[in-house]
Amino acid sequence: MNSVAEKPRAASSAGRPAAFDYGSLALNIAGVIAGIAIWWALTASGAVGLPRPPDVLTRFIELAGNGQLLRDTAASLARVLAGFLLGVLLAIPVGFAMGWYKVARALVEPYLQFFRMIPPLAIIPLAIVTMGIEETPKIFVIFLASFLASVVATYQGVISVDRTMINAARVLGAGDFTIFRRVVVPASTPFILVGVRIGLGSAWATVVAAELIAAQSGLGYRMQQAQLYYDLPTIFVSLFAIGILGLAMDRALQAIERRLTIWQERI
Amino acid sequence: MTPKIVFDNVSRRFDLKGSSFLALDRFSLDVGDGEFVTVVGPSGCGKSTALNIAAGLLEASDGRVTVDGRPVSGPGPERGMIFQQYALFPWLTVRDNVEFGLRIRGEPAARRREIAERFIDLVGLSQFADALPKTLSGGMKQRCAIARAYAVDPVILLMDEPFGALDALTRVQLQDQLLETWSRERRTVMFITHDVDEAVYLANRVVVMAARPGRLQEVIEVDLPYPRTEQIRLSPEFAAIRNRVWHAVYHQPPAAQAAR
Repeated sequence: MNSVAEKPRAASSAGRPAAFDYGSLALNIAGVIAGIAIWWALTASGAVGLPRPPDVLTRFIELAGNGQLLRDTAASLARVLAGFLLGVLLAIPVGFAMGWYKVARALVEPYLQFFRMIPPLAIIPLAIVTMGIEETPKIFVIFLASFLASVVATYQGVISVDRTMINAARVLGAGDFTIFRRVVVPASTPFILVGVRIGLGSAWATVVAAELIAAQSGLGYRMQQAQLYYDLPTIFVSLFAIGILGLAMDRALQAIERRLTIWQERI
Repeated sequence: MTPKIVFDNVSRRFDLKGSSFLALDRFSLDVGDGEFVTVVGPSGCGKSTALNIAAGLLEASDGRVTVDGRPVSGPGPERGMIFQQYALFPWLTVRDNVEFGLRIRGEPAARRREIAERFIDLVGLSQFADALPKTLSGGMKQRCAIARAYAVDPVILLMDEPFGALDALTRVQLQDQLLETWSRERRTVMFITHDVDEAVYLANRVVVMAARPGRLQEVIEVDLPYPRTEQIRLSPEFAAIRNRVWHAVYHQPPAAQAAR
């Protein structure tokens, strides 16, 4: 082959992360500080019936110090992780089966479409009646929420694998199983990861509601108790804990997603 | 020349919402061992259909294709295929793409690497062996796809408008590189294109097809020596053959007059 002056398109930028955007970070921090300042200003006068930032901070230190915050967080986190992992672990094989086998798709699809229309929270009364008020109904509802979110994404990923890529593997001698393992699975990974992230969001949304209805621990339960005693700082601490935990888990998944899909062409 | 690929009265019908249409009508062609045949024709002439049937990705409705006397009944690594959209696996590096077919065949790692190295070198991508496809230009992607097809040592290369998505300059470069690769690693090639110049420049014979229904129109011998050079491309002999092919492609008798 004669050498040609053909340049790789993006070789210089490939694989190297873009320089960290300090400007954006500074703006993010400024925005947060401004938000707290406005909150403080509005509540300092007592015009709004909400707690002031120092009240919330004091309560946070108190709850963190006596271990209650940690216990509540651990209880909620355990439910989220149990339900979420069960949901995702079942959603991935079911999604693959639906995408790969027409029979499986036809059998499962009516149930999937039907249950997708029912908010998982609407299942809670039924779950409590049939499964009691222990952990099982809460984990079940979270499981259902994350399963439904992930299964559709996985299925979409499998059916949108490029036909030409499958044909390319076939002419290189690949059988069905090899095509599945070496083409369909990697090609649908980006879709699956999006589904997993949506599933995690649903799991968090569901856990708090489940704990509001029937629980003896957890961040949702703590808010429910605080409501009875008009204890607004505790409600705030719980809300912040939920938001920060959800954000941290989403960021962690995002980092995993970037690592696993580094080969994707991004626009 | 002994025929390597034989199309024997191959027809293909597609069913579209109740009505069916004839994509390929009694197509017969012998391709000799080591021959470079290009197929050119307007869209809808069935050229890709014929190629896909030879690849085993489509079934003939009627007639059959044989390779070395054995009827084609599905895809196989002895018939390599190169697609217009490259069809590289984007999560694999150039090297892993080229090794893909070897891995399926169960070659040990050392042997895979050795073979891949050789073909990556042959297409001039040694520097990019560990790069992901997204970092490559279109021309480099297609060279990687050619190396991947060669790596499993096919006796036939089926190429479906491989340079169709490239700009004119890159296309000319890749034509020269393909001919050079072909002269070093001689295979039987069936190459689909819609570019008359490309068809004449590459081929021993140009097969002109006509549309509605897709059928063989004319086979034109290209009596020009290899290696093909710029001099040949610009010669009056080339122009004469090019004109013949051009007329066969662009001034086709209407379908009604064709023998049915």
